[in-house]
Amino acid sequence: MSFGRPLLRTSYEADAAILPTWFQKGSAIVALLGVTLMALGFGPLEAIPKFLLGNTWINPVTITVVFAIAALGINILVGVTGQVSLGHAFFMGTGAYTAVMLGGNVGEEESWKACVPFHDNMGLLAEQGECGLGLPIWIWLPASGVVAAAIGVLVSPAAVKVRGLYLAIVTVGLVFIGLHLGRMLPEWAGDFESGRKWPKLDLRLWKEETPLVEMTEDGKWFGLIHLSEEQKQFFFLFSIMLLMLWFAKNLVRSRTGRALQAIRDRDVAAEVMGVPEFKYKRIGFAISSAYAGIAGALFASLNGRVSPVDFGLLLSVDFIAILLIGGAGTIAGTMLGTVFVELLPEVVEKFTAWMATKLDAGGPVGLISNFLLTEGGEGDFGPISIATVAPGWPMSTFQWNFVIYGVLIVVFLIFEPLGLFGVWLKVRNYWKGWPFSY
Amino acid sequence: MIIFWQTLAKAIALGSIYAIMGLSFVIIFKGTQVLNFAAGALSMAGALFMSILVVDRGFPFLPFTNPLAPADGETAGLALWIVHLVIVLMIAALMGLVIERVAIRPMVGQPLFAMAVITLGLEIAIRPFNLDATAISGRSIGVPWGTETWEIGGAIFPKSYLAAVVAAAIAFVAVFFFYRSRFGVAMRAVAFDQEAAMAQGINVGRVFAIAWALGAALAVLGAIFFAMSPWPPAGTVSLEIHPIWVFRVLPVIILGGLDSVAGAVAGGLIIAIFEIFAGQYLSQWTSILGPGYSTIVPYLVMLVVLLVRPYGLFGTEEIRRV
Repeated sequence: MSFGRPLLRTSYEADAAILPTWFQKGSAIVALLGVTLMALGFGPLEAIPKFLLGNTWINPVTITVVFAIAALGINILVGVTGQVSLGHAFFMGTGAYTAVMLGGNVGEEESWKACVPFHDNMGLLAEQGECGLGLPIWIWLPASGVVAAAIGVLVSPAAVKVRGLYLAIVTVGLVFIGLHLGRMLPEWAGDFESGRKWPKLDLRLWKEETPLVEMTEDGKWFGLIHLSEEQKQFFFLFSIMLLMLWFAKNLVRSRTGRALQAIRDRDVAAEVMGVPEFKYKRIGFAISSAYAGIAGALFASLNGRVSPVDFGLLLSVDFIAILLIGGAGTIAGTMLGTVFVELLPEVVEKFTAWMATKLDAGGPVGLISNFLLTEGGEGDFGPISIATVAPGWPMSTFQWNFVIYGVLIVVFLIFEPLGLFGVWLKVRNYWKGWPFSY
Repeated sequence: MIIFWQTLAKAIALGSIYAIMGLSFVIIFKGTQVLNFAAGALSMAGALFMSILVVDRGFPFLPFTNPLAPADGETAGLALWIVHLVIVLMIAALMGLVIERVAIRPMVGQPLFAMAVITLGLEIAIRPFNLDATAISGRSIGVPWGTETWEIGGAIFPKSYLAAVVAAAIAFVAVFFFYRSRFGVAMRAVAFDQEAAMAQGINVGRVFAIAWALGAALAVLGAIFFAMSPWPPAGTVSLEIHPIWVFRVLPVIILGGLDSVAGAVAGGLIIAIFEIFAGQYLSQWTSILGPGYSTIVPYLVMLVVLLVRPYGLFGTEEIRRV
C-alpha cells in the first residue's frame, strides 16, 4: 500500500483489488464501524439519524438495507449489462411469493394442499386456505433467489431478442402480468388488496418451536449482547447486504463481469471479440433477478404483510430512480442512490411534522410553517395539508413526496446525468487539483 | 351472432381509442425519439380539464366561470361540447409545449433511455395532482349523447362506439395530412437524422415543439373518448382506471412498431380485438383466468409478437453498423 501515489499500481492484483486505494479502504472501514456503532445506539453517532428520521429511525434504515440488495441487482442488469428493465418489481414479487409458499404458515399442517393451483377445480380438497409449507429461512431465502433467477432465464428469450426501449416496454408488461397472477391465485398470494402474512426472519434448523437464532423479540443474542428486535433484524439484513455487495463487486471484476460490460459498451463489438451476447445477457438477467428475489423475500418478511399491489410498476420505477439519482454502473452510486431515494420521503415527513409543531411559535420559522402548512380551515392557505384525512387540494406530505420524487428524477437527469456519484467525482477532482483548476 | 357483432363493435371502438393513443406515442417518438411514459398523467389531466370546463363550469382558484358552459344540471349539446373539446385540446397542446421546453429540450443528444425516464419522472410528478383533482367516485365528463344506443337487428350499439371511431378517423386523417405537409416532411427528416436535418435548414427545435403539442393533444383526445365509453369508467374520469389504462397502449405501439403511423392504427385494432374477444368468449373460464384477465391479453400478444418480430409488425428494423 503506497500512501503517496494511490493511483500508481504496479501489479495486476493491485489494479483489480476491491478497494484499490488506501482512501477507499479507510472509508469502507469507517463506514462499517460507523453503521455498526450507530445501530448499537452509540450516542453521538445515533444523533444524526435521530435528528433526521426521528426515534424510530432504524425501521426506515432497515428497509433501505433491503432495497439496497435489490438495487445492487438492478445495477448489474442496467448499469453493468446495459439492459434497461422496468421488471424488477416482478422478480421481487417472484422471490417474495416463493418465500411465503415455502416458509409461510409455520406450524400449520395440510396447508400444502392450497399450493396446488386451482385445487378446487382439480378435485382436490376445496378447502380455502393459503399455501405455505412452513420451511425454515435457510431454505426459503436461497430458494427465493434461485426461483427468481429461473423465472428470469425463462423470460429471457423474449428479453434478449429485443433492445433498448422495446425491452423496457416488455418488462413493463411483465409487471402487469405478475400483478394479474397475484389476482388469479388467491391461494398463493392471499387477498389482492390486503395480502397475507409472511414468515418471520427467525432462523430455525427445521420446524421446531424455539428458533435457533430468534430475530423477532427483544433480548440477548447468543447469550452475549442485549439487542432490540429492530437491531437484530438490522444486523441480520445488513450482513446479508454486505455479502451481496461483496459478490456484486467481485462479479464486476471477474470474466463474467467484463463480458457484461463489453455487451453494455458495444454489443456487436463484444460478439466479435468472442463474447456470446445472448448467453451473457441471460446470465445478467439471472443474477439480477436472483438479487431481486432475495430482496423481495426479505422485504415482504420484514413488512410482515404484503399484497400483490406492492409489487407494481412504481416499485420498478423506484429502482430506476435509485440508479439514475445515485449513478448507474457504480456500486458506490447505487448505495448512495438507495439511501437518498428511500430515506428522503421519511425526512420530508419528519420535517413537516416538526414544522407543524412550530405553527404558533412566531418568528421566521413560524411564518414559514404557516405559509407552507394548512389545517384545512377557512382562509388557511398553504400547499401542504396536515389534516389527518386530506382529500382535495392541499395535498398531504405523502402525495408531495411523489411530486418531489418525480421532479428529482427530472432534475438529476437534466443537470447531473451521473447522479450523486457524479457530484462526488466533481468534488473529488476539484480538491485533487486544488488550488489549481485542473 | 348478435353477441359477435356487439363484441366486434366494442373491439373496433376500443381499437379506435387505442389507435388515437398509439398515434400520440408514435408522433412524439418520430419527432423527438422519446417514448412518452408521461402520456398517462398528461391525458388524465386533459380529461380533468374537460370535466372542469363542461361540468363544473368554473376553475378552481380562479374567480371567473366558464361563460360557454351549459346551465346547471344540463349536459352540453353536441356543438357546445365540440367547442369545449377543441379548447381542451389546445390546453393539452400547451401542456405538451411546456413539457417539451422544460424537460425534453435540455436532453437532446442524451441516450434514448434517459429521455424516456424523464417522462417517467414527469408522470410521477403530475399524477398526485390528477388524483387530487379526481373525486373518489370519479368525475363526470358530461357525455352529450349519454348512454343512448342504436338497435340494429337485435344487437345494441352504444352511440359512443361511433363517436370513438369518428374521433380516430379524424385523428388519423389529420396526422396523415400533417405528414404530407411541410412540417410533416421536416419531422420525418428529423426522425431520420437530426444533424443532417439541421444542416438542411430545418428548425429541429420547432419540430420538437410541434411533435409534443400534437402528441399531447392526441393523448388527451384518446383519454376523453376512453372516459366516455360505455365500459368502466363509463362517463367519468376515474381514479383507478385512468392512471393505468395508458400502459395498455404500450403493447399497441410495440405491435405496430414504435415509429409507424399505420402500425399504431393496425396495432390498436389488433390488440383491441384480442382483448375484447378474449373477454367475451373466454368468460366461462373466469374462475381459472382470474377476474379482469382480458386486461393482460395485450401484454401476452405483445410478448408473442416480439418473439417473432422484435421490431413490431410495421416498425423499422434498426440497421446496426459495425
